[in-house]
Amino acid sequence: MLEVKDVIKSFGKFMVIRGVSFDINQNEVVAMLGPNGAGKTTMVNLISGHLFPDEGQVLLAGKDISTSPPYQRIKAGIARNFQLTQLFEELSVLDNVRNCLFSVQGKLGRFFKPAAAYKEATEQALEILEVFNLAQFKDELGEGLSEGDKKILDTAMAFALKPDFLLLDEPTSGVATAEKFKVMDTIINAIQARGTATMIIEHDMDIVSDYAQRVMVLAEGEILADGVPVEVMESEAVQETLFGVKSDDAVRC
Amino acid sequence: MKNFLFTPRAAVYAGIFIVLLLLPKMINAYHLSLVETGLSLAIMALGLNLLLRYTGVLSFGIGAYFAAGAYAVGMLNMYWPEYYTFETAILASILVSAAVSALFGFVCVRHTRIFFSILTLALSMLLFAVLEKAYHITGGSDGIRIPIPTFFGHEFEGMRRFQFLTGPYYYILLGIFSASTLIMLAIVNSPFGKALQATRDNELRAEMIGVRVRRFRWYAFVIAGTFSGLSGGVWCFVSGHITPEICNWVFSGEVVYMVLLGGFMIFEGPIVGAMLFTYLRLYAVAATEYWMLIIGATLVILVLLLPGGVTGGLYDLIERFKPKGRAKAGAEVKHA
Repeated sequence: MLEVKDVIKSFGKFMVIRGVSFDINQNEVVAMLGPNGAGKTTMVNLISGHLFPDEGQVLLAGKDISTSPPYQRIKAGIARNFQLTQLFEELSVLDNVRNCLFSVQGKLGRFFKPAAAYKEATEQALEILEVFNLAQFKDELGEGLSEGDKKILDTAMAFALKPDFLLLDEPTSGVATAEKFKVMDTIINAIQARGTATMIIEHDMDIVSDYAQRVMVLAEGEILADGVPVEVMESEAVQETLFGVKSDDAVRC
Repeated sequence: MKNFLFTPRAAVYAGIFIVLLLLPKMINAYHLSLVETGLSLAIMALGLNLLLRYTGVLSFGIGAYFAAGAYAVGMLNMYWPEYYTFETAILASILVSAAVSALFGFVCVRHTRIFFSILTLALSMLLFAVLEKAYHITGGSDGIRIPIPTFFGHEFEGMRRFQFLTGPYYYILLGIFSASTLIMLAIVNSPFGKALQATRDNELRAEMIGVRVRRFRWYAFVIAGTFSGLSGGVWCFVSGHITPEICNWVFSGEVVYMVLLGGFMIFEGPIVGAMLFTYLRLYAVAATEYWMLIIGATLVILVLLLPGGVTGGLYDLIERFKPKGRAKAGAEVKHA
């Protein structure tokens, strides 16, 4: 599905990503872990098209998209959310999601009929809001939501783009603990219904172990480990990097 | 579509339209010509607000496209008088202003915020310099006279300018103004309009849901420029004479003032602003030679006490007296 080949990215003299390669298959939910500054968000930006790699390739379904602008990648089936929520704050919650659907349907350029008169997009947007438990806020402005709901809306927008490959950058940070698993269940159920491949960046180990089928650990711009969660977590090098402890005194998660 | 046709807002629109239709019977010719100035400037103010309110960029050079539209009419009469009719003149003003704004916009939309504003200002002053210095082509600071045109083969021969303006021309202008308003209303509520607002609220996110941000901003720039050009095209007949002053940044600044006065958060704000400004300037000029001082003082008062402009204040007032009293007036304003 998605293939990353020997990608290198530097900011000035500082090399953030040092030759990373991996691939993610259809239906797979992969978690990417790593300490702060490991290059996780840079990796998300390279895949979503916000940044272009200096060297190496990003391929989606065999097609090289390394230099494609974001709108082409979205058409090709990549969508992302944001670690720090990025909404259209002065548009209604419904409009936030409906804009994504217009994008998928190629209707963003339509300039005559009112947006509300597009029945199909409106109904689909309402369905998505229903799925994410945001339907009661449909007429509120984006800025009126609570932080947790903003985060959920952010993810709902990525989901509304109907991606084949979904990038989730800390989808549950800022969401109330009680809600976290509900949100993740919603996302994962929806993803699996569509056969979407997913890469989740997450700090919360409970979520990683519950939802990810595979874990990659990124440290200083390189892949340190890649495999089944239990095995990766057992690895000494990983425990040192992630928790700063050796395996003897590690707190098991 | 029914939901959009039978709303309180639509009823107010219809009411105002009927009043405007009957206006020639209600007020004298002098005031009618002032209303005509207001109506033509309102088209430009609507265009400017597409950029300011819906795209989130402030143009300080909207006068350039107004001038492009007006000079298209003037120069059509100067060089190809055999083709000089109202319909060709309006067509020329639309085409020329669209072309100029497409060119200038291509440069400007690469930036936002102050950089955008300064670029629009600089480019408009460039055009101003050309209009003023190229004396043998544009008439320089003497400007160009705009005679009464024919209208779809109908000649107004023997009619004085004043009779033409307060007679048939008022209805032509009202028609163009109404059509422009409805078209702009459709644009801001369409998926395209929502995408523009998305780029305004969050450029990064807009890009990441597949909006081609610069291109959409460019489209908005060209639409705004074309509205200004059309505005210049219909206004030059009212004024009868055009000079490069309409391309000067001072004039562009006045348009920004109109939009702020009327209230840029509300769709109809710029229209109200253009009307009020036309009268405000008239009375300020009549009252004192320091009329700019009055305009400036009103702007300060406006920013401090009525940041939502006249319409914004009005909406707040209506909200306050609504039975259910949804307290947050500001939030309501933003929906409009």
